[in-house]
Amino acid sequence: MKLEIGRIKIKDIQFGDRTFVQDGFLTVDKEALAAFLKEDERIKDVSIDIARPGEKVRIIPVKDVIEPRVKVEGTGAGFPGVTTKPSQCGQGRTHVLYGAAVVTVGDIVGFQEGVIDMWGEGARWTPFSKTYNLTVDIQVVEGLDTHTHEETVRLAGLRAAEFIGQAGKDVEPDELLTYEMGGIFEETAKYPNLPKVLYAEMMITQGLLHDTYIYGVNAQHILPTLMHPNEELDGAVISGNCVAACDKITTYQHQNNSVILDLYEKHGKEINFLGVIMVPEHTTLTGKLRASDYTVKLAKMLGADGVIVSEEGYGNPDSDLLMICKKCEKAGIKTVLITDECAGRDGMSQGLADTVPEAVAVVSCGNVSHVVTLPPADKVIGNAESISVLAGGWKGALLEDGTLQCELNAVIGSTSEIGYHYVTCREY
Amino acid sequence: MSEKFKVLYYVNQFFGQVGGEDKAGMPPEYRPEKVGPAVGFEGALQGEGEVVGTIICGDNYFNEHKEEALEFIKKTIKETAPDVVVAGPAFNAGRYGMACGELAKTVVEEFNKPVVTGMYIENPGVEICKDKAIVVSTADSAAGMRKALPLMAAITRKLAKGIELDAPAKEGYIPQGRRKTLFVDKRGSQRAVEMLLARFKGEEFETELPMPVFDQVEPAPAIKDLSKATIALCTSGGIVPQGNPDGIQSASAQKWGKYNISELDSLNAPDFYSTHGGYDTAFANDNPNRVVPLDILREYEKEGVIGKVYDWFFTTTGTGTSVSNAKKFGQEIGAILKEAGVDGVILTST
Repeated sequence: MKLEIGRIKIKDIQFGDRTFVQDGFLTVDKEALAAFLKEDERIKDVSIDIARPGEKVRIIPVKDVIEPRVKVEGTGAGFPGVTTKPSQCGQGRTHVLYGAAVVTVGDIVGFQEGVIDMWGEGARWTPFSKTYNLTVDIQVVEGLDTHTHEETVRLAGLRAAEFIGQAGKDVEPDELLTYEMGGIFEETAKYPNLPKVLYAEMMITQGLLHDTYIYGVNAQHILPTLMHPNEELDGAVISGNCVAACDKITTYQHQNNSVILDLYEKHGKEINFLGVIMVPEHTTLTGKLRASDYTVKLAKMLGADGVIVSEEGYGNPDSDLLMICKKCEKAGIKTVLITDECAGRDGMSQGLADTVPEAVAVVSCGNVSHVVTLPPADKVIGNAESISVLAGGWKGALLEDGTLQCELNAVIGSTSEIGYHYVTCREY
Repeated sequence: MSEKFKVLYYVNQFFGQVGGEDKAGMPPEYRPEKVGPAVGFEGALQGEGEVVGTIICGDNYFNEHKEEALEFIKKTIKETAPDVVVAGPAFNAGRYGMACGELAKTVVEEFNKPVVTGMYIENPGVEICKDKAIVVSTADSAAGMRKALPLMAAITRKLAKGIELDAPAKEGYIPQGRRKTLFVDKRGSQRAVEMLLARFKGEEFETELPMPVFDQVEPAPAIKDLSKATIALCTSGGIVPQGNPDGIQSASAQKWGKYNISELDSLNAPDFYSTHGGYDTAFANDNPNRVVPLDILREYEKEGVIGKVYDWFFTTTGTGTSVSNAKKFGQEIGAILKEAGVDGVILTST
């Protein structure tokens, strides 16, 4: 499977009377985009804005971040099975408006959205302070239940990203990246002496606001499944997830999954990267036992020597993570786990909800309860007050002068458990 | 040059040059001068700080009259107003270590002043104070004095000036067990790939998160006669009265709440709802009894299956809540239930 990603580097976003890219400047026709999104009759109103790196702008409450893209060659246009008809992702050529992002904003049930600060202290903590963000604030019609509300906002974000992405269709990319990997037997014949590595990507699949979709299939209902890494890099996986902002995998992070990219980097040189196992996280013990058994079985069938396991969320999924670890290690498969910690605001608490002695190689992406103080913004996109109910916020977290105090919990992507960001914990 | 910071020093009878085991019973005394290791310590401060005085106390006295010894120390601190208190180093001397540990814990807790001490890792005093004070890792005997004092002095200097300490291994102190969140040059995924490669090659690697050790809780014996038992309801599912009057957090709870249900036969929407930020609350909000099953329990009460439903239910949010907070909540709620003579508790999680 061969996928070419053509990066069109975006230097700024502005509004205009049509949507196009020229010389790295993305112009968006706001009215046309709003009209396009309002084709969904569940949407009452849309407000669209721009937040640029360095601007004293706070975006809150953020639901998802999506990279605008367009398919220029091959199958897999849009988000197959979700916004477009099912077709194969991971091959052909995709143009990316690199450096731009669509950010969906708006209260759903209020707890599970997050914050993006575009400047200063807050900008350090989120990877999405570095992107030119087109914010799409969705108000839905009255009387929608929360499940439908979530779906409406989810689809609006994806459709907005597609709409904007079209602007890159006929633009010559600044950079062309190629991701190519043949069948597992083929690659193993090519690199017989390299250790075989799998990536097991755990996904929150636990109901409303806690779902991940693969080709439109709610992963709540799947057994762990094998994917070619290119598929995820090409829009096969999307987030329906509004769990704590710090470590949920946004759609953008699926499209640019850092574990996949870093394993690809070593493929054919130091490792033989076999593929990605998508692992659902269930709420029941039965589900956890089944999913962990099945994951390890796939790893054994494929003859993996090592597996990197990334978690999504914390608390009960810690058990899934450690079950997979224990069973892999027992099968002689070396594991490295990526997680974050709930070590309390003072950092003095043990950080995981479960423990196994086999977990000897763990990457920590930070303490979700680390408290940060974010100075007042000149402009707030969304609703600054919502911090009082967000996971990671509290009543009184928004001070009178607009300063925000919150745990990293509330900051989008801050403790990303796919290791997308640069935060860790050390023992002091 | 700015004014020198002030250090109050603590030593036992031996390092205070009063005497050996025969003097271990001496009560504490204060001398407005440098005694024993305080001399070398002040030298290592390189003129930036001074030792204003030394407390000398017998090891046996401290351990047998802890309250009195600590009172004396507290009084001396009030009188001398030091910026930092330094004790030891105690190396592997158990009683001396216990004294340094208790002193350190008390001073940090009651005065919020930094304390620096030094001990061998196996000294029982380490566990008493390492999470509060800075305990420099020393050799097991006084032969390590020359190495310990400059480390203790360097740390004291930083603490006095409000400079953040570097990593324990770099500064030479025993880790406090605090998980500090910081930035590094390589993103997490890259660190994971490198760690896996190191494992393949048999090279050394260091986990970023050593596995936690859990307490084991013995289950209580079964209730013999349920029909006479008082049963309480307690949840980590975030069910709160409308308006969340106590402001229980939607994640990473810092508190719990207790609400009277003596007049209620069930928890009805919208009077109750879930403030929990970590699960699908749509169904809990539709019928809060799904998380706190008061309705069924009342039926059991009427049928005589159970004796009584306790008048209050207890609630907090379980998502992202630190184990140490959870432990504290458990102890506080448990004490109330025990006091009230509750026989059993139904704990619901989500």
